[in-house]
Amino acid sequence: MKLETIAWPGSYGDQAKPRMGFFTDTSVCIGCKACEVACKEWNQIPMSVQGFTGHSYDNTIDLGANSWRHVAFIEQRKPVDADGDGSLSQVAARASLAEDQGLATYQEGDGIRWLMASDVCKHCTEAACLEVCPTGALFRTEYGTVVVQEDVCNGCGYCVPACPFGVLDQRQDDGRVWKCTLCYDRLKDEKEPACAQACPTNSIQYGELGELREGAEHRLAQLQHAGQREARLYLADDDDGVGGASAFFLLLDEPEVYGLPPDPVDSRRELGSIWAATAAAALALGAGLVAAALGGRR
Amino acid sequence: MGSNMAEQHPVGFQWVIEAKERGAKVIHVDPRFTRTSAMADRHVQIRAGSDIAFLGGVVNYIFERDAWFREYVQHYTNGPVILKPDFQDTEDASGFFSGWNSEHSAYQIDTWGYNKSTGEATAGKSEQQADVSGEQAHGAHGMKLSAGQPPDIDDSMQDERCILQMVRRHFSRYTPEMVAETCGCSAEEFLEVARALCENSGRERTSAIVYSVGWTQHTTGVQNIRAASIVQMLLGNVGRPGGGILALRGHANIQGSTDIPTLYNILPGYIPMPHPQSHPTLDTFVELNGPDTGAWGNLRPYIVSLLKAWWGDAATEDNDFCFDYLPRINGDHSHYAMMLKMLDGGVKGMLCVGQNPTVGSANSKLIRLALAKLDWLVVRDFQPTESALFWQDSPEHESGEVRASDIQTEVFFLPAAAHTEKDGTYTNTQRLLQWHHKACEPPGDARSDLHWIYHLGKAIRAKLADSEDPRDRPIREVTWDYPVHGPHDEPDAEHVLQEISGRRPDGSFLESYDELLPDGSTTCGSWIHCGIYKDGVNQAARKKPHSEQNWIAHEWGWAWPKDTRMIYNRSSADPEGRPWSERKRYVWWDGDAGRWTGLGDSPDFPPEKEPGYRPSRRAKKMEAIAGDKPYILHPDGRAWLYVPTGLVDGPLPTHYEPQESPFSNPLYAQQQNPTRQVFHRPENPYNPTDGEQGAGVYPFVLSTYRLTEHHTSGAMSRTVPYLAELQPEFFCEVSPQLAAERGLEHGGWATIVTARQAVEARVLVTDRIKPLHVQGRAMHLVGAPYHWGGVGIVTGDSANELLPLALDNNVHISEYKVATCDIRPGRRPRGQARLALVEDYRRRAGVKS
Repeated sequence: MKLETIAWPGSYGDQAKPRMGFFTDTSVCIGCKACEVACKEWNQIPMSVQGFTGHSYDNTIDLGANSWRHVAFIEQRKPVDADGDGSLSQVAARASLAEDQGLATYQEGDGIRWLMASDVCKHCTEAACLEVCPTGALFRTEYGTVVVQEDVCNGCGYCVPACPFGVLDQRQDDGRVWKCTLCYDRLKDEKEPACAQACPTNSIQYGELGELREGAEHRLAQLQHAGQREARLYLADDDDGVGGASAFFLLLDEPEVYGLPPDPVDSRRELGSIWAATAAAALALGAGLVAAALGGRR
Repeated sequence: MGSNMAEQHPVGFQWVIEAKERGAKVIHVDPRFTRTSAMADRHVQIRAGSDIAFLGGVVNYIFERDAWFREYVQHYTNGPVILKPDFQDTEDASGFFSGWNSEHSAYQIDTWGYNKSTGEATAGKSEQQADVSGEQAHGAHGMKLSAGQPPDIDDSMQDERCILQMVRRHFSRYTPEMVAETCGCSAEEFLEVARALCENSGRERTSAIVYSVGWTQHTTGVQNIRAASIVQMLLGNVGRPGGGILALRGHANIQGSTDIPTLYNILPGYIPMPHPQSHPTLDTFVELNGPDTGAWGNLRPYIVSLLKAWWGDAATEDNDFCFDYLPRINGDHSHYAMMLKMLDGGVKGMLCVGQNPTVGSANSKLIRLALAKLDWLVVRDFQPTESALFWQDSPEHESGEVRASDIQTEVFFLPAAAHTEKDGTYTNTQRLLQWHHKACEPPGDARSDLHWIYHLGKAIRAKLADSEDPRDRPIREVTWDYPVHGPHDEPDAEHVLQEISGRRPDGSFLESYDELLPDGSTTCGSWIHCGIYKDGVNQAARKKPHSEQNWIAHEWGWAWPKDTRMIYNRSSADPEGRPWSERKRYVWWDGDAGRWTGLGDSPDFPPEKEPGYRPSRRAKKMEAIAGDKPYILHPDGRAWLYVPTGLVDGPLPTHYEPQESPFSNPLYAQQQNPTRQVFHRPENPYNPTDGEQGAGVYPFVLSTYRLTEHHTSGAMSRTVPYLAELQPEFFCEVSPQLAAERGLEHGGWATIVTARQAVEARVLVTDRIKPLHVQGRAMHLVGAPYHWGGVGIVTGDSANELLPLALDNNVHISEYKVATCDIRPGRRPRGQARLALVEDYRRRAGVKS
């Protein structure tokens, strides 16, 4: 495991702490939203009533300046077989299948399943938001997390499009960017983040990233052994598009199902080709101008 | 079953998740696919109100497969007891038990008792009629049995008139096919559950059943739970680790407010409230309410110690320890009975503390009309609730039926402290009391309930100080002298706990209720809690982490009685006192030491009573309980498969349809529970039920319930920004099929109509609500969370407006979980037009109004 980022731990010397993070095991999430409430309570985030959305039990919709945790609810009708419609006899047949093969899974039954997952800022290893911030408001902490300093942020908004997950968001009334700090203030007091402490089923686990990843691998193997073939870890890989992240997830389906990008990429990785394209365009433009000027003399 | 544990008890549900991780199989049987179903191995959807049919099916399956635990049933239950020859079962009398009195709509229970015994209902038998309440209903705590022995027993359990055979016959028609037809699940689904229960029970294994309010809120509420008890007793799953029936309560400390009741019909520790006719003296009260045998044989020490705690030196042997000072109940004074009396102008004032009945109670309009008849109303809550503001804002104001200026009720609002702002205890489902310390001062004028009631009492006593009127003596002489502290003279809650725990004559703290004396020398505010302050230590405040003690965790809080973490745990050993199996050992007899020992829990049995002990013919009280009879609160020490006394609607659970049902009872000619309480009056019209003309006008099943995000009537959550926004609008849940049938649009609006009211809700169309096939027809469910009302950050119509008053007569709870309704697309009409819509439905259904 790499774990290192550009600034952490190098720039902290002996002040560096272990890299801390969240492992969100969505297979035991019961959708109670205690994480959302605990986060808002601790961080004094404004209320954001968005009305009835009709998206199952989700009325938070997405992460934003006023929602640093968001529990997604996904209702799925899972066909029993290729052309099954989940009729009673088929469900019963599947149940006996479960009995015979030891297939015991969460969030399934009756041919439907209800996925719940608590989303949060990923605190990426390669965090584009931090790199594009012109004021230094966004910085890498001694815990390896990414935090916005509210007294430095000038509301330029550069970080907003830089985030491949759409986490960074400006608060409408003051223009500044607000997001999960992984409870930086609580970490300094050796307390776990509010959401993790409030989570009743330990779906949100807080700890040293290296240890969390080991635990997650074990959990994944367990679920896959129990027949959850689509279970996967998300953002636990150093070689993915953001170099892994401090907040990673165990998902029971494709990331898109949860509203997560399937292959997020640190937007700076494209900078080389963007600059090359810009240079080519500039050259072409220059050549055209020269040609026009020369042609005009004729 | 009947529980949405993941949503309503998310913190406790972590242990279900942990059990599942360790290999437990979790099955959820429920009318809806909830967040609990999502986490379960299996969800079986059944029709709301069909629980007894399902559980009766399990009982039948247990007998068919011979899966019952013979030794446990023979020794620990009343299965071998022979019944009276004139008892008739519902199978013999088309849906009625013997003793039905149609004039009073009540049972005479004389024929229900054990053969050759008399006095089944030790209390108030002669007065048993339609008006049953308190001791009148419950037959106190069992019958008189000489030496604790049922007179006529067949240990082979072959006799046709023995209870085991009676139970077998009673449920013999509850076949898998009948279950499927009644409940709407498939026979295969039912069989999977029954099989799982049987395979996971016996010497080596145990299964637990968890229920919540979803089982209680029916006209057959008590019998739903009784049915589960029968299953668990037959399988030997009570008093053993991993077994039992967990009653998850409706909100925090409801268990505590039953143990030390806020109920009208019991005193602390389940001592019945006396009745004016039958209880002129303490002696007759004890004679009629205490059986001679078992733990209730000591009723006299319990109540005398209580009276001494309340009236101190004023209570003496000569004045019957002030027994006369206790209020008497002369009838049903439960919540709805009180509201109906209020509606008729029979109640002057009401203290409404931590309750919001205009949203939380059924038939909200009736409740509001009743409140308008009061002279005064005091509401104590965090913020003004719908009940506090009923006089200025309600659907009747909108429709023009009522004007604020016409309501004469004077309303006082008193701000209340939250649990974090006061000391006290919470009692949870397994009788565990946990002390909570005040974290901060309440804001402004907000005060704790203890502060309010104590200082109110002081003010009343000051006014009566010079009164010579005998009727004021109970108030003048009551012990009312708690130490106070702080700027607002806050009474010391721990001092109250000390009074509850009780003291010896020398003032030292008692250890257990065994020490209570009948002569007035001990004091104890609640016998079941005796010892909670033993050794001068607040035992409920002990908080040693589970990682520092064994799994029984005796040093975390305190459980009544005697810090027993698992009640009736004598049944975790076999009749000879040996563990049923090594795997399931818990409490067992140590022959060498001559006492009960185990993994560390307090034995719920006399510690030195050997398994072979047999009572003498004259034995009384605990002496009459044999060494192999674990159920010490019953006069025979046995768990009751069949209840000879204590229930008003029958000794065995029987499937009856809900008050309002789109289906007929497939098992009996009698459609509904014959003893249910219904109130035929214009303010409380019923939808016609199946078989009656007009039933088709309200063709769908309606169920009201709660969500994780809100708390009951919403008074504590719609007023809190971070909770309000999570579920901001009243919505209903319907299946795609019903949406198509009625033209309901996902995300749009729908109007739900009953004979009581019409309300509007946003529409959530979801596969989680599935139409069921019942009696050859589709059954559609309209699900409606009831958290909204007119006050708060988020508001909306209230679902309980739709429900009628239809009560279980054992406990007077209303049938919130099933009614019938119609649903139509679009918002409801405003003003007068709303009334007209409800009226139009009534007219079409032939409902008189």
